[in-house]
Amino acid sequence: MMTPVYKKGGANMNNVMAIINNALDESFLDKLTGHRSLASVPFGARYRLIDFPLSNLVNSGVTNVGLLLQTKYRSLMDHIGFGKAWDLDRKRNGLFILPPAHIYQANRAYKGDLQNFASNIDYIKRSNQEYVIIGSPNVVANIDYRDAFKYHVEHENDITIIYRELDVFRRDTTYTVINTDDNDRIIDMKVDPKKNFYKKISLQRYIMKKELLLDIIDDCISKGEWDFVKNAIIGNLDHLKVYGYPFHSYAAVINSINGYYKSNLELLKPNVWQDLFLKNGPIFTKPKDEAPTAYKNGVNARNILAANGCSIKGEVKNSVLFRGVKVHPGAVIKNSIIMQKSEIGANAYLENVILDKGVQITSNKSLKGDTNLPMIIAKNAIV
Amino acid sequence: MPKEEMVAMLLAGGKGTRLGVLTNNIAKPAVPFGAEYRLIDFPLSNCTNSGITTVGVLTQYKPLVLNSYIGSGSSWDLDRHNGGVTVLPPYVREGGGSWYKGTADAIYQNIEFLDIHDPEYVLVLSGDHIYKMDYAEMLNYHKEKNADISIGVVEVPWKETHRFGIMNTNQDQKIIEFQEKPENAKNNLASMGIYIFNWEYLRKYLIEEAEENEDSAGDFGHNIIPKMMADELNFYAYTFDGYWKDVGTIESYWQAHMDLLGEEPDLELQDRNWIIYSVNPNRPPQYLSEDAVVDNSMINKGTQIMGTVKNSVLFFGVKVAQDAVVEDSVILPNTRVNTGAKIKNSIVGRNVIVEKDSKIGIEKEKEASDELKITVIGDDEVIPEASNIKAGMVVG
Repeated sequence: MMTPVYKKGGANMNNVMAIINNALDESFLDKLTGHRSLASVPFGARYRLIDFPLSNLVNSGVTNVGLLLQTKYRSLMDHIGFGKAWDLDRKRNGLFILPPAHIYQANRAYKGDLQNFASNIDYIKRSNQEYVIIGSPNVVANIDYRDAFKYHVEHENDITIIYRELDVFRRDTTYTVINTDDNDRIIDMKVDPKKNFYKKISLQRYIMKKELLLDIIDDCISKGEWDFVKNAIIGNLDHLKVYGYPFHSYAAVINSINGYYKSNLELLKPNVWQDLFLKNGPIFTKPKDEAPTAYKNGVNARNILAANGCSIKGEVKNSVLFRGVKVHPGAVIKNSIIMQKSEIGANAYLENVILDKGVQITSNKSLKGDTNLPMIIAKNAIV
Repeated sequence: MPKEEMVAMLLAGGKGTRLGVLTNNIAKPAVPFGAEYRLIDFPLSNCTNSGITTVGVLTQYKPLVLNSYIGSGSSWDLDRHNGGVTVLPPYVREGGGSWYKGTADAIYQNIEFLDIHDPEYVLVLSGDHIYKMDYAEMLNYHKEKNADISIGVVEVPWKETHRFGIMNTNQDQKIIEFQEKPENAKNNLASMGIYIFNWEYLRKYLIEEAEENEDSAGDFGHNIIPKMMADELNFYAYTFDGYWKDVGTIESYWQAHMDLLGEEPDLELQDRNWIIYSVNPNRPPQYLSEDAVVDNSMINKGTQIMGTVKNSVLFFGVKVAQDAVVEDSVILPNTRVNTGAKIKNSIVGRNVIVEKDSKIGIEKEKEASDELKITVIGDDEVIPEASNIKAGMVVG
């Protein structure tokens, strides 16, 4: 069941390893990343952001995945474990946790994510795959890498970047934008530009030869450059064959609180959850053995996504409920994201709210955020 | 191998004839239950939660689904260096081999397995009951009473005693008489089919029975227990006061699902202190559309509800289309109920397609009594558009 989804004529991915780069700035998610890294931010009723890139890789047949860590990775490690949920607890290859070695050297300030690559260079060298896919957890999509990899090899690219052309360029989030020529060669690329942006955005999946990655890391660091996207990729646009590979299905970039909130609620559109959950193989996550959800007498639940283990008695509309949420009678929840094990007391009213895990809303409380500025209640708070 | 205090032997070979089309392709313990589980999840989870880490699962009838379901046992945390879960089908030895003749013969044929683990006690369980029980407490009781055999019992309504094996006890809970499905019961303590034996004794009786009585049915109830009774071994009844249900018939299977619903369900599955584990099917969250009407129901992940669902239990992957109505029913995994279809008081099997405007269990036969009749649709059936399947019918 967990073997890669068979694909006729698909590329063989035995020769591809992957590195998921969690050494990213995550401060934009504010209270939600106070105690966890971006990768372990809950998303879509029963997932964490990391589940998407990880499942995509596994479904595409990649079985050697390294996770570069930077800070606050306890919750991520707890979630990932030995990688069993993704069938990555293997004797050969499998999942590798790549800790930030430099944090033990107090006299050296953190310079950028290339430092994380560098401190785990042995893992990259030792892996016996010829190619590497580098991804980051802040893009939610269901991508089959086999087509992109086939294109990369056949086209003899140095670097292939998976991109998506946006229908709507949202100003409340930030993007890494690219510009391509008619042959999809990337001629310009910018991280979060304030003006002169393009409609094509990088989905932050980079395919290249492992040897090239090692060369680039060495080259950048020897010049005092420490940023993977800005230095290793953008810095090489002129002298390497860097091409884009278009992705046409649903993709959400999580780069702001508002983007996070809107992307969660966007999942309520059937075409969006079908794209994300039912195409290109399943999204795996850590099982929690929650019992099915109980809709009690008098419940009124419409247009919701709910995980298991919930017990719902009140009214819930246009909302996403994570595992084990309890909604007491008379409570009303609208346009909200309620994370694991939160409890909403009788006759409470919530609108445009994000409740982190384990929040308790006492009876008769009323909380309201704005559609463009949801109210966030921090983990385990009692309101 | 380190010595174990107690090893569980789970009898999972039954065909479950009375469940009809629900066991066409699978052994009874593999029958789905409670939106997420299979029957065998209950005894296996009880074992894990009770700290029993060596479990032999005795399989026989259509074991394929059950074997692959159990796998390494990791779903119940029973993948252990020592012990864990071991599937024990009948096998061939030097002098030939045979099917398990009965419950006791199944244990007898696996004496080697038990000898490897060399337990003090053997817990014998059956794979077709729904309950949450701490076997460790029963073992404590067994030790306190200095019992040779303890039998788990529940109080059943007096009018149902004729369906059960009834234990007559003295004031100390010592069993003095055993009545199998009695007309006139003297007591209402029914056997749950859960036994703790001192292994040393059980081993001796099993070997004697097999060697001395060639025509033996190899059954605990008919052969071993009466013989032990005659020899005046110490039998004690351990009364379990939680929810316990034998889901051996269509009616009890349906009723046990209804027991999961309501304000305070008779069986609470959401209890995080006694988790029922299962081979978690990985599915996306459940989706209720703008038009969905859901009331008093238990619904698993991977479902898409666009219609009305009331007083029902829906397994993973079920789709209920717009204007479809499901009431007082159990819908097994991956079944699709199309637009305008109506289902009531029914059990609908796996991968069924109920085409639009069909009616299942809605209308009664003309001469039918007022008694509730459960309609059953077997696995993989396609119910054609606008068909009318009357209450109490079985399709499959």
